[in-house]
Amino acid sequence: MPVETKELKMSEGLLSFITEWKKKPGNLIMILHRVQGEFGYIPKGIAEELGKMLDVPLAKIYGVITFYHFFKLEKPGKHTISVCMGTACYLKGGQDLVGELEQLLGVGCGGTTDDGQFTLEAVRCIGCCGLAPVLTVGQEVFGKLTTDKLPEIIAKFK
Amino acid sequence: MAVKNYILVCGGTACESAGGGDIYKSLLSEAEAQGVAEDVQIVKTGCFGFCEKGPIVKVLPEQAFYVEVKPEDSKEIIAETIVKGRIIDRLQYKSDQGAKGEAFDIENIEFYQKQYRIVLRNCGLIDPEKIDEYIARDGYAALEKCLFEMKPEGIIDELKIAGLRGRGGAGFPTWMKWNFTKQVQDEQKYVVCNADEGDPGAYMDRSTLEGDPHSVLEAMTIAAYCVGANKGAIYIRAEYPLAIERLETAMKQAREYGLLGDDILGSGFNFDLEVRLGAGAFVCGEETALLASIEGNRGMPTPKPPFPAVKGMFQKPTVINNVETFANIPVIINKGGEWFSKIGTEKSKGTKVFALTGKIKNSGLVEVPMGTTLREIVFDVGGGIPSGKKFKAAQTGGPSGGVITEKDLDTPIDFDNLIAIGSMMGSGGLIVMDEDDCIVDVTKFYLDFSVEESCGKCAPCRIGTKKLYEYLDKITKGKGEMEDLEKMKDIGSAMKKASLCGLGQTAPNPILSTIENFYEEYREHIEDGKCRAGKCKDLVHYEIIADKCIGCTVCARKCPVNCISGERKKPHVIDQDKCIKCGACYEGCKFDAITVS
Repeated sequence: MPVETKELKMSEGLLSFITEWKKKPGNLIMILHRVQGEFGYIPKGIAEELGKMLDVPLAKIYGVITFYHFFKLEKPGKHTISVCMGTACYLKGGQDLVGELEQLLGVGCGGTTDDGQFTLEAVRCIGCCGLAPVLTVGQEVFGKLTTDKLPEIIAKFK
Repeated sequence: MAVKNYILVCGGTACESAGGGDIYKSLLSEAEAQGVAEDVQIVKTGCFGFCEKGPIVKVLPEQAFYVEVKPEDSKEIIAETIVKGRIIDRLQYKSDQGAKGEAFDIENIEFYQKQYRIVLRNCGLIDPEKIDEYIARDGYAALEKCLFEMKPEGIIDELKIAGLRGRGGAGFPTWMKWNFTKQVQDEQKYVVCNADEGDPGAYMDRSTLEGDPHSVLEAMTIAAYCVGANKGAIYIRAEYPLAIERLETAMKQAREYGLLGDDILGSGFNFDLEVRLGAGAFVCGEETALLASIEGNRGMPTPKPPFPAVKGMFQKPTVINNVETFANIPVIINKGGEWFSKIGTEKSKGTKVFALTGKIKNSGLVEVPMGTTLREIVFDVGGGIPSGKKFKAAQTGGPSGGVITEKDLDTPIDFDNLIAIGSMMGSGGLIVMDEDDCIVDVTKFYLDFSVEESCGKCAPCRIGTKKLYEYLDKITKGKGEMEDLEKMKDIGSAMKKASLCGLGQTAPNPILSTIENFYEEYREHIEDGKCRAGKCKDLVHYEIIADKCIGCTVCARKCPVNCISGERKKPHVIDQDKCIKCGACYEGCKFDAITVS
């Protein structure tokens, strides 16, 4: 995992988002989404800060983060490769894509490459079942894949 | 000058990701370049449903239905179809049976013929980012009718006559939900839309929100007026960024038009709503868990009663319906409950949208009247199984449902019939499997999902799903025993009775239904150590037939673990202890000298 060199700070935008949502009940998940949108994960220091601002125990924040698949506690790589593991993709070989990517990247599912370039993850259905099997890199979707197309996709983002 | 042509470009997620966005842009610039920008209106619409052949571009009134279009084709589309009015044969959809390349009525494509679009009425027809287009197709007329011509009781009566049942899975009558909430006395009530579509292999809610977001907003406002709520929320998966964006655009426009917010249409009625994001927890599709999540907590369900109608969001009376249920409502109000009740079967009215995926020719979203048979959906609408393979089973209801086999293909599909044949409607995922799929392996896939997604609050679900998974894992590794099947049935029936919420109560369904329908296949795995589909790696055995092997060394070179040895031009041998059963040798052999058993 890459070392954090400088202390993380909340941006103005994030702070005003928190101020706006602070008044509303049940705001924690929405705020965590915004935090992850900014940092790519929920850094511990920021979570502690949030706890103080919202007057919520850190244990509760940790509980919520770990309950939901979407929230990450570790900094992901520059590009996240998410392989869809919905039923349609599974039937059409999603598992093979994961296996091949693990080989190609040299990391297990959920891991990040040593150079911090790629994080590999298996995700729930992303709703492009017509294109199965599917993976996404960031916002870009690649569909109707076979394992031999994977090196090309990785090369594109390197 | 009036517009002569319309070009509709599919803007659903599947088509967008296959280049739909670029096609839209290049069509715009080509129209400009060829000087016809004023003659043609280019619209990015919601999902056409025909995802298999995307990206799709439709040109009206020429009735061009172009499939698998690429951005480079834009120039030709403008030059030929718009300027000269000719259909481009190369791009035009050709059905398997129909005459090639001829202009034809789009409605006549087999994929659309048996469909009946109520929920998806506007998907693929209007630009979801323009409220005027929704209004032009009777949008918000139902809301106006409710506010000025109908009393809340009248709305409930209409839904009762219509016989609409919740499309989220359980099929609870919608009018009853609304009526319970209405009858509770409280100053603060809420309306919530469940758009946490977590069933793997279902994406109808996503497409509805992306293609016709106003239909849901309108229905939620009607619900709010009916039950006396003034605030609402749409709980949507964070994994659906496009749907979220279009919803937010729609909400902004509705506010500008006075269709959302204070004093809606001058009626004195106030209602506004906000988007709340889910964060990837399947259990949050269960309504009490969803409410816990909206409240910012771990999404764990609570026992019912109290039902959300009495104690829902922030402990206040709440109506919760899913996207598809809401999308039906404006049509019911406009055309009347009587009209709606004529569609469908005796106990299940209206239509159902299915996400048809898996081993099927025409993957996509289909909306059919209740009572359509599975055979019609799979073979007529879906075009059957590709590559001449044999139909094995269809799975409905996702991790909560079961399989439907050949013998039940002619059952008219509705809520009750599906339960009678051991499956359930669920949210509408319909996954087709062919002979290459191993039923035990697929069942294990669903249980793996349920283990991951069980929130862990109640023991029957937390421990039960894990135990069931372990038995299945044992069987797929060739270590199962026949009595494991009985044990799984026992655990399954205990879970059905004792689990706290729908997740645990239905998680054993895939197992119970497959043991019932594919007993022989389980037996083969256990007693014969054989997986007929060749999916369970531990049961697969690759061998080289010495007589057929010419010693070309291809297999030895393909083998990733170097477990194939032999001299050039002499038969090779696989070292079974080292073999990882990847199948590379089998696929690589040009002489059919390798067998799988």
